[in-house]
Amino acid sequence: MALRHKKVAAVEDSINQSFQNLSDKELFEFSDFDEGAAERTGYSNYSYWRSTFQVFLKNKLAVFLLFLIGIILLFTFIQPVLPGQRSATQIFNNASGMQLRNLQPGSEFWFGTNSIGQDLWSRVWSGTRTSLLIGFAVALSEAVLGILMGILWGYVRKLDRILTEIYNVLDNIPQTVVLILFSYIMRPSVSTLIFAMCLTGWLDMARFIRNQIVIIRDRDYNLASRCLGTPTRRIMLRNLLPYLVSVIMLRMALAIPAAIGNEVFLTYIGLGLPVSIPSLGNLINEGRVLMTSAALRYQLFFPAIALSVVTISFYIIGNAFADASDPKNHV
Amino acid sequence: MLKYVAKRLAQSVLTLLIITAIVFSLMRLMPIEGYFQNFEKLDQNQIQVALKSMGLLDPLPIQLKNFFLQLFQGNLGNSLIYRPNVPVMDIIGAKAPVSIFMGLASMAIALLLGLPLGTAMARGKSKFWDKFGTAFIVFITAVPAAVYYLLVQLYFTDWLGLPILFSASDPSSWILPTISLSLGNIAYYAMWLRRYMVDELNKDYIRLARAKGVNGKNIMKKHVFRNAFVPMVQYLPTSLLYTIAGSIYIESLYSVPGMGGLLVNVIQRQDNNMVQALVLIYSAIGIVGLLLGDVLMNLMDPRISFSKKGGAR
Repeated sequence: MALRHKKVAAVEDSINQSFQNLSDKELFEFSDFDEGAAERTGYSNYSYWRSTFQVFLKNKLAVFLLFLIGIILLFTFIQPVLPGQRSATQIFNNASGMQLRNLQPGSEFWFGTNSIGQDLWSRVWSGTRTSLLIGFAVALSEAVLGILMGILWGYVRKLDRILTEIYNVLDNIPQTVVLILFSYIMRPSVSTLIFAMCLTGWLDMARFIRNQIVIIRDRDYNLASRCLGTPTRRIMLRNLLPYLVSVIMLRMALAIPAAIGNEVFLTYIGLGLPVSIPSLGNLINEGRVLMTSAALRYQLFFPAIALSVVTISFYIIGNAFADASDPKNHV
Repeated sequence: MLKYVAKRLAQSVLTLLIITAIVFSLMRLMPIEGYFQNFEKLDQNQIQVALKSMGLLDPLPIQLKNFFLQLFQGNLGNSLIYRPNVPVMDIIGAKAPVSIFMGLASMAIALLLGLPLGTAMARGKSKFWDKFGTAFIVFITAVPAAVYYLLVQLYFTDWLGLPILFSASDPSSWILPTISLSLGNIAYYAMWLRRYMVDELNKDYIRLARAKGVNGKNIMKKHVFRNAFVPMVQYLPTSLLYTIAGSIYIESLYSVPGMGGLLVNVIQRQDNNMVQALVLIYSAIGIVGLLLGDVLMNLMDPRISFSKKGGAR
């Protein structure tokens, strides 16, 4: 509100000033019709995506976090090939062949070592890479499947009953049952986990999109399109989807932290990745066991901090981008 | 309305039957090793006898028929592995109250703190409460629950001198688990209430009320809050009923003898009867909660109607 008042006041000021510069004679004379000037007011070089980025770039915090995530993402990939980095899964021994267990963070091992003598620094980076991969993959496939099903569910009336029924059934089958069955059929690995998480993950997205579609499907402009005989496919792609860009963006950005959190949960109940593949879920779980002794809490803190930085960044970036992609916020 | 509810209920029963049948069949796909703790030591004969006693050797349709016959007599069977030969309902009956009490308490806290927080955020955009609330919401929703629950337990037990482990008779041991449990919901209620209230504040009738000279407090209380609360009402029955499910993190962190993690536990141990009973209860709660939410929304805002037919194809 305050912002708008400021803007209005600024415009009024500028108008007043431009009038003050004119003499009385000029003020009360008819002006000539200028075709160029008339056209200038009717012309707008508005572009949806450019305005979206402009608004997004104004949010300094989100831009900073986007940079941060970019750097983190880049670093997770180049970290293993940098000189002087250790392998994430190798167990280190000292001169006499003893494992370097629970070493405090120091100049040799930056984040210390874990309970079997692995380098926590490279494990945290490797884990961040795994978790980000899971987050991206799950969010992307959730979005594709969820949007497709959601639009069909919301717009095609004949499918509504059937899809609602399918949703009710699938939504109530415990994820644990599905995951356990899958871990018997396939070897536990990153791709198994992603597959199993996608299997049920798209449901929420589909329901969300469906509810949005139901709200806008009978608006006048859609009714008009239908009367003009626009094919259903075109209505879905041209009338409905563009309207939903901002909410879809928000959901997708939130799906990444949610998927990473879900991985932590699955590891917690013992259905996550094997210990040989470090992930943030694994590391936090290892750290949790040692939580009671104050000296070893660094093994919980480092992965927890990495996790929080990643998830909070995505959350804020997603919110900022969703705000920016809403045309109401464009200038 | 009544007709609509009756129709939805009838449909729900069908859905429930399908869900139980699917979960029943999925559980039968599990490898038989899972039913035994000492599978390697048993010989083939013992295994066959044990499987037969659990009724696992019949063809699937016959197993399913037997299960539904029992179910319609109101018998959910006995636990097989979790606590052998104890009726499923006894196990659940002993565990559910703890989770329900804790869940209700945390819901009360969440409503008492979350709604005022959301209102304060909507009232003073870009003031202290808005900034504080946004930071809180971002932290709670972005960081996985497993992490901040750990931090709460780690630090607050020391600072406040509260017991680390739960015991039902000691009221001070209820404080931390209940508050941790409510954190997520506080953020959730505050976030949505703020959004709905801000939407509502921009509407014309609010401007009219202001122009009429209604004071700010009354506008907030009588117009904005009441209208903004309608869409939130839909979640309340579901979350109220789901308090029975408990929280796996909280209950294992503070060793609360509740329902949290029971489903995961019995699935991993392949206690088929327990799994079926729990899935039946949870999905019934989910479906009934959704229906109650719709009814409640209709009661609060009669403009929302579910029996009306729209015009889309």
